[in-house]
Amino acid sequence: MSTHDSSSADDGGLVQLLLPDGERIADAGYDKWVADVDDDQLKSLYEDMVVVRRIDTEATALQRQGELGLWPPLIGQEAAQIGSGRTLRQDDFVFASYRENGVAYCRGVEYTDLLRVWRGHTHSGWNPYDINMAPSQVIIGSQTLHATGYALGCQQDGVDTVAISYFGDGATSQGDPNEAMVFAASFQAPVIFFCQNNQWAISEPVGLQARAPIASRAPGFGIPSMRVDGNDVLAVMAATRIALDRARSGNGPTYIEAVTYRMGPHTTSDDPSRYVDVLEREGWQAKDPISRLEAYLQSRGLLTDEFTGRVNATADDVAAKVREGCLGLEPPEPLSVFDHVYSEPTSWLERQKDEYVQYLQTFEGGQ
Amino acid sequence: MSSMTLSRAINSGLRRALEDDPKVLLMGEDIGTLGGVFRVTDGLQKDFGAHRVMDTPLAEAGIIGTAVGLAYRGYRPVCEIQFDGFIYPGFDQIITQVAKLHYRTGGAVKMPLTIRVPFGGGIGAVEHHSESPEAYFAHTAGLRVVSCSNPQDAHTMIRQAVACDDPVMFFEPKRRYWTKGEVDEEITGQTPSIDSAAIVAAGDDVTLVTYGPLVATARDAAIAASDEGVSVEVIDLRSLSPIDFATVEASVRKTGRLVVTHEASQFGGIGAEIAASITRRCFYYLEAAPERVTGFDVPYPAAELEDHHLPDLDRMLDAVDRVMDRHNSLSGREG
Repeated sequence: MSTHDSSSADDGGLVQLLLPDGERIADAGYDKWVADVDDDQLKSLYEDMVVVRRIDTEATALQRQGELGLWPPLIGQEAAQIGSGRTLRQDDFVFASYRENGVAYCRGVEYTDLLRVWRGHTHSGWNPYDINMAPSQVIIGSQTLHATGYALGCQQDGVDTVAISYFGDGATSQGDPNEAMVFAASFQAPVIFFCQNNQWAISEPVGLQARAPIASRAPGFGIPSMRVDGNDVLAVMAATRIALDRARSGNGPTYIEAVTYRMGPHTTSDDPSRYVDVLEREGWQAKDPISRLEAYLQSRGLLTDEFTGRVNATADDVAAKVREGCLGLEPPEPLSVFDHVYSEPTSWLERQKDEYVQYLQTFEGGQ
Repeated sequence: MSSMTLSRAINSGLRRALEDDPKVLLMGEDIGTLGGVFRVTDGLQKDFGAHRVMDTPLAEAGIIGTAVGLAYRGYRPVCEIQFDGFIYPGFDQIITQVAKLHYRTGGAVKMPLTIRVPFGGGIGAVEHHSESPEAYFAHTAGLRVVSCSNPQDAHTMIRQAVACDDPVMFFEPKRRYWTKGEVDEEITGQTPSIDSAAIVAAGDDVTLVTYGPLVATARDAAIAASDEGVSVEVIDLRSLSPIDFATVEASVRKTGRLVVTHEASQFGGIGAEIAASITRRCFYYLEAAPERVTGFDVPYPAAELEDHHLPDLDRMLDAVDRVMDRHNSLSGREG
């Protein structure tokens, strides 16, 4: 295990394998965890990041055009989400917040399923068991406990499946993630706490939530932590693999703080111009996760016109499917408001539904 | 059939649930080695192991939240909340997650949690140990809320709750833990369903509706009323969400008078829901406005004051007199 593994937070260090200008630097502790990443995989990671950014752009446009009620952009966080999401096994289970569209993409979500929630059709875009990913969690930090419980179940089942929870810097102030760390440490649950520190909780800077590096909290709970450059897809991948390996081999939880930046608004309803300093944003723009990998590919002679042309065509094709899928979504039937409150309808709810059916029938063309 | 306390009846029900389904797990504070502060889980960790009867860290949100994750994984967690007044740190997980996940996921994710809560007063306890928070949960769609009043129901209802695919808030009347009764440990087609009410004393003049710890008090009140020639029918609701309104309606259509009694405060409570629903559906059968006999709308008082706060036999009889238009404490007052 790397010496950075649990001490990096204490010295404020940041695990990096790709510098912002695309230079690949050696790290004795982390290199071996991405030693198998060949040229094709690097190109594949690049394509993933370009495509999820394109989905993000398209969804934001759909919101601006009135087709979605809301959208939480992930722009800037592609490396954190693709780097971690691509290391998971299909049987691992993801408990994320609402911004992990890149992770959902890695899980194989249908594009239209990404949008149903934001078009107001449902509270969960997909069946969680189809892609082993829980629906978006809106209550901040709540899902950290669910991941811990799921991991306890995996432990009881005697399998090496891992649960991973994604949350943001704002969530670290909530009780649930702290209780989750207590439970995970006590039972040595095979769970990964993946904090995307994107510097902002809507308008509140991370300094309001944490006076010390977030990753430095976990060791106090008895959980080893890593603080990685969240815009460095290789560093994120290496850290996640270290955590997965620890969990799969029965050595308990790991905490990863991926230091990144929310380049867009909190959601499409937000106006960051009221609180984000332009210079700060420009500083982070220079550390962009996609242009960084692009520079690295360039330095290796992999960024050919043919390749970028193909990636852009794929992204455009996905965007078109996102748009088409969104516009083709059928709104839910009115009476489905009563469905699935309980596993079987109760007499009380049946009565309420019956009365509403009668009420609707009083309208011309009513149900 | 064997004679056992209500506490023991839950214990034997949990034992059967653990035997019947390997996915059943018990979680809570002090439930393992100690067997729970009320000894409801006594001996279960010894017999089923620490992986199935888990002592947890002292964090109610943690208990409920990890149980949610276990349920995602296919387990049936039974969570013990040590005392009613300690449930609030777990309230967020119960309301925002446990109650809503089945609905949120269009039925894909089942949340078969049972959350056991010793509740109610009458044991001379310090603050936060005597509360009746059931209305908060009954108000929340997606939760089933039940309360047992006797050893037989305690045994069968806890097993039904654990087997239920919905989350069940299981309120245990802590001052009746030591009540003894005969318990048949076989569940058959004749066993009443968990959401049915029971008529525990038949009568013709007044319907007295209650649940949990006050069922015994209400039965005593019915006996006392009969000495004065008033026939009181006592209904043990057993389920507070959903409520078996068919049973209550049938009774009120017969008696024409309704009194609801519970330890919980009055405002916005179970009694209000029953009074409103029954008034609407039985309006032309009613001989008097429905009455409520409840704890006052005050925080639960100190032990030396709790006998004033808790509905007792005499306050129930006073309400019976009101709906019977007999002389009562408010006679001569308007409204």
